[in-house]
Amino acid sequence: MGENLLEVRRLSHTYTVNRHMTVKALDDVSFSINKGEIFGVVGESGCGKSTLARCVMNLLRPTAGEIFYQGINISDKKQVRANRPLLQTSRQLIFQDSVSGLNPRMRVADIIAEPMQLHRIRPPRGSYRAEAEFQMRHVGLDASYLDKYPPELSGGMRQRVAIARALSMEPSLLVADEPVASLDVSIQAQILNLFRHLQAEHGFTFLFIAHDLSVVKYLCDRVAVMISGKLVEVAPVAELFSDPRHPYTKALLSAMPIPDPRLERSRTPTVFDPAAAPLTGALTEVSPAHFVLTEGGAADA
Amino acid sequence: MSEILQVKNLSVSFFTPHGEVEAVRDVTFSLQSGEVLAVVGESGCGKTALCKSIMKLLPDTARIKSGSIAVCGADITDYTDRDMRKLRGRLYSMILQNPMTALDPTVPVGRQVAEAVLVHHPRMDKEAVRRRVLELMTLVGLDNAQARCQQYPHSLSGGMLQRCVLAIALAGEPQILFADEPTTALDVTVQAQILDLLREIQQRLGTATVLVTHDFGVVARAADRVAVMYAGRIVEIGTAEDIFYDPRHPYTVGLLRSLPYFAAPGEPLYTVPGMPPTMIDPPPGDAFAPRNVYALEIDYQEAPPMFQISDTHFAAAWLLDPRAPRVDLRAGGVRRG
Repeated sequence: MGENLLEVRRLSHTYTVNRHMTVKALDDVSFSINKGEIFGVVGESGCGKSTLARCVMNLLRPTAGEIFYQGINISDKKQVRANRPLLQTSRQLIFQDSVSGLNPRMRVADIIAEPMQLHRIRPPRGSYRAEAEFQMRHVGLDASYLDKYPPELSGGMRQRVAIARALSMEPSLLVADEPVASLDVSIQAQILNLFRHLQAEHGFTFLFIAHDLSVVKYLCDRVAVMISGKLVEVAPVAELFSDPRHPYTKALLSAMPIPDPRLERSRTPTVFDPAAAPLTGALTEVSPAHFVLTEGGAADA
Repeated sequence: MSEILQVKNLSVSFFTPHGEVEAVRDVTFSLQSGEVLAVVGESGCGKTALCKSIMKLLPDTARIKSGSIAVCGADITDYTDRDMRKLRGRLYSMILQNPMTALDPTVPVGRQVAEAVLVHHPRMDKEAVRRRVLELMTLVGLDNAQARCQQYPHSLSGGMLQRCVLAIALAGEPQILFADEPTTALDVTVQAQILDLLREIQQRLGTATVLVTHDFGVVARAADRVAVMYAGRIVEIGTAEDIFYDPRHPYTVGLLRSLPYFAAPGEPLYTVPGMPPTMIDPPPGDAFAPRNVYALEIDYQEAPPMFQISDTHFAAAWLLDPRAPRVDLRAGGVRRG
């Protein structure tokens, strides 16, 4: 495999609710993402997926552990300060909720051009507006939308604007937190195709966070499974689906709804019992590039 | 099985400052007691408006323009809000998408279930109410019901809250249960449990369920019959097997084919071209025509009638007319690759 773009080492994040209560959203998570790879993270709500994305984007400070991006330790304030322009332009984030992610009082053209203006990047195509138009055509929207406001657009179109804004910086790492969760099936298919197409064209590395396994199966190269802040399994996508090892992964796969009535009704999902499979230990390589959380194991994914 | 709900040629419009929004257009279907009917379609296609018009929970800006709704043989189309209040809960009740917002965060869940019980049986004494609440909570699969009653919504998980909401909905022993995206806010692992519970309860109590969803996995798990809606109309209706294994409407085929599950590895997903139309001044003819690669000339002029394919299976597409050319829609229910 190619070289690492992102490496997460023993990352933990704890939210302090009040004096008496803390929530461990990430607990000793380690993995690395290769250049040009689509890396999926799945897990149920509250398992720490979004916290992970936020830590990777420097929106949250990890409680413990380190994150290396292109060799820069981004959990270290000094290194972040020294490399700020690079870090801020080459990493981009797309949120699930495109309603709150886009400023409702800005026109689409301004939304897409804003990152370029902020970073004082001279638009290669003459004007910021021309640049916005180019990016929009890239994600499948025509120029007539340039002067619209986000509330005038449908969910799928808004998500396209968010993608266009992120890609205007030509990022090397794109982090997407549930980008298709709130979209309809047919629009979801359009956006997934767009991601695939853009990734093939730009070659950016993609950290894709989702809860829908069929989406991950379709899009990703490698998948990490999380539960209650722990990473329990990391494997290439085909192997994870054909040979899941951790009991939680098995439960998750068995619960994946299949759009086929005869098949779907003939199966009963296995229920994950946390007592039967304690979430302790370390990731161990069971076969090449396939890591599972096992008691007493020790290896780095 | 008897017919419990009959909707005939129902049209509902919302009157907004931008014009008349035709949310439900000429919808006809019936519901048998003890069956689960899934209503699927993209957002804005009128699924929720259809349910709300049957429950008569529409806002003041909406009006039933034509058609009739009959429940257990009684025509309720012209019922006032006062008449309806007697029916709601007893005859039908509803579960909403997000259980976190459906419950009062400041009241223990047991009291909220008790409240629903008391509404239906105002003279019930305290002890009987308590027993009924425990019975309901056990029915919906909440373990350790006694202790759970004392807890507030924030200390229960989403799945448990949805079970509480279901207990409240079942308090009046309704004959029809409307479930509007009941599992969208829940995790996949919990989703299957709630769907199985819905089926189990519906079989035990003989309740008919209308399940509104956009997730075909949910439909496959829980539905006996499926109605596919597009732009306010039912475009195809049939048993789950009809719809999944033998879809006849190009829209149904398109939706099924766009699911990542059916995608061949390495190939782009199939997409239905274009966007759903706005429901202000919908185009004449078949609203799906501009997105339909097989659209015929007549599709742009006249809305297709329902063609009968089998005893249970109906679809509204001109392609089913005997004069139409034969096309291969490449049925979506077969997994490729």
